[in-house]
Amino acid sequence: MNSAILTIAPAGTWNLDPIHSRVDFEVSYLAGTFKGHFNEIAAELTVDDERATLEGTTNVASIDVNEENLSAHLQSPDFFDAERYPELRFTAEDIRLDGDGQVSVGGELTIKGVTKPVTVTGTVTSPMSDPYGTERIGLNLSTTIDRTDFGINWNNPLPSGEPSLANDVTVLAELQFVKQGEENK
Amino acid sequence: MTRILGISGSLRRDSHNTSLLRAAAEAAGPDVELELYDGLKEIPPYDEDDDVHPRPPSVARLNEAITSADAVLFSTPEYNSSIPGQLKNAIDWVSRPVATNALRNKPVAVVGASTGGFGAVWAQAELRKVLSALGARVLDVELPVPHAHTRFEDGGLTDDEIRAALEDVLEALTDAAEQREGLKASV
Repeated sequence: MNSAILTIAPAGTWNLDPIHSRVDFEVSYLAGTFKGHFNEIAAELTVDDERATLEGTTNVASIDVNEENLSAHLQSPDFFDAERYPELRFTAEDIRLDGDGQVSVGGELTIKGVTKPVTVTGTVTSPMSDPYGTERIGLNLSTTIDRTDFGINWNNPLPSGEPSLANDVTVLAELQFVKQGEENK
Repeated sequence: MTRILGISGSLRRDSHNTSLLRAAAEAAGPDVELELYDGLKEIPPYDEDDDVHPRPPSVARLNEAITSADAVLFSTPEYNSSIPGQLKNAIDWVSRPVATNALRNKPVAVVGASTGGFGAVWAQAELRKVLSALGARVLDVELPVPHAHTRFEDGGLTDDEIRAALEDVLEALTDAAEQREGLKASV
């Protein structure tokens, strides 16, 4: 095949290895960067000769910021509103390599019931065989969103009047996928 | 049937805020039951040393009243631009532990009356802030009742505009409570 389209991985369905994957977020808060992650994530990558599609979710209730009461606040209507919107979702219909091995993804991100187009960039590793005979790839993606676009508006003004929490949030996904049908081979 | 608990931030016997909640109870439709909580004065000062199992009976009673209600309607006076200490103290008890407290995800709305010209708007904003911080589903509504002493006669609300606004608040609370029930049913 002599296609101009460079797919990111060999054709097939790739399942997430959730133990060796992470979805983190970072946002400027007070004098530093506040970081958290989601413990429960799911994703599936489907690759054919033409394109790759990705669908991933995180369970909002699994948000982890190392402090139970703060996690509870982040799940409340002030932030993610986990009761009404229990998951975050990312879908991308057309993931491509740009020639330099960089991945560029136009996808849709759903947070708190609001779906917005987002541009995600990142890298993908060459397929490798792990010690268990399984073929796997690593896909690292990141994007920066304005949380207020998704209705997450909480803030607390500093004495200067400036907000203490930034609106721009960077979402980082470090995902390892294993080729379906090859697990436990 | 939606069960709404009314909590007045004022302890005074002839409180305008308590009267406002009574007016809300009367204005409630047939599918809404609004019960007034009357034990605020008995809540002891919050002390983490006393926050052990079993909790003080008055605190346990408040917690149970909130837990068994589908929504909570607060009516607060304004003391020094904020909410009364005893109301804050009671909420502080209920808020512990934050991760599992009885007000978490509970639809709540805040109204308020004062004899001044602004109708406890600052106190209402402060109370919404406190309730948001502990994870309640705080409705984006405000109902200031200024010059409260001119709007009640023998404890009964005489202002139809405020009665209509109260009905709107109750409807919003009921909608939020029903939506929450729907979410629970779908799980």
